[in-house]
Amino acid sequence: MGILHLTRAVYDKIRAHGEEIYPSECCGALLGTSIPDGWNVVASVRAGNTRTDSAHNRYNISGLELVKIERDARRQGLGIAGFYHSHPDHPAEWSLTDLSEAHWLGCCYVITAVAKGKAVLTNSFRLAGATEEDKAFEQDTIEIDE
Amino acid sequence: MTIFIPTPLRPFAAGKDAVEVEAATISDALDSLTQVHPDLRKHLFTGEGKLRAFVNLYLNDEDVRYLPAKEATTITAADTLSIIPSIAGGCLPHGRPRLRRS
Repeated sequence: MGILHLTRAVYDKIRAHGEEIYPSECCGALLGTSIPDGWNVVASVRAGNTRTDSAHNRYNISGLELVKIERDARRQGLGIAGFYHSHPDHPAEWSLTDLSEAHWLGCCYVITAVAKGKAVLTNSFRLAGATEEDKAFEQDTIEIDE
Repeated sequence: MTIFIPTPLRPFAAGKDAVEVEAATISDALDSLTQVHPDLRKHLFTGEGKLRAFVNLYLNDEDVRYLPAKEATTITAADTLSIIPSIAGGCLPHGRPRLRRS
């Protein structure tokens, strides 16, 4: 099991985003650096959800927004460590949709369950595997750095 | 031109976040990239040699899919090409997936 280090500020921000956007799904990117046992995330960036047709159970970040997020991250000496989104009134577990649409191998996918507008559990899953064909989610431990 | 490599593909590009190539078109640039870093090929292309559907290419700020000449678009040394895998997902109305724990 790997470790996802989050600053308290990032942890609070991504959960607050889920509460703010409820009952839609929020989404965004996590910026940081790779460390031997996982990722050290020091910033989060909110992104727009282009799935306005089904925002309560789907999310999508536009490619151009990702390009700009990555460009800004590079300027800060950071990389995209992963992404976060919320599951309104659903568990903080990855769905089959999450897996089929996940393509950032080695990166973390953080999911916050938001129940009746209140953020509850937050989990992180690393997209493991060597290729698209053998990818699988593995749960990471979240460590919050105060 | 400069090709920006996303986080998940850097291990297959000697850890680099950007690679400089000399090429006339986007397609040529990708060929040059995968000649220097052949392990990238299977992550970018299908077995039939087509760009994988989830791999987005942006020439500067333009989505290559919507350029008239697409990957045959001519480029200059000052251009940048960003490789960006797509990001999407969402909870499902029913069921709960099997969780693999390491």
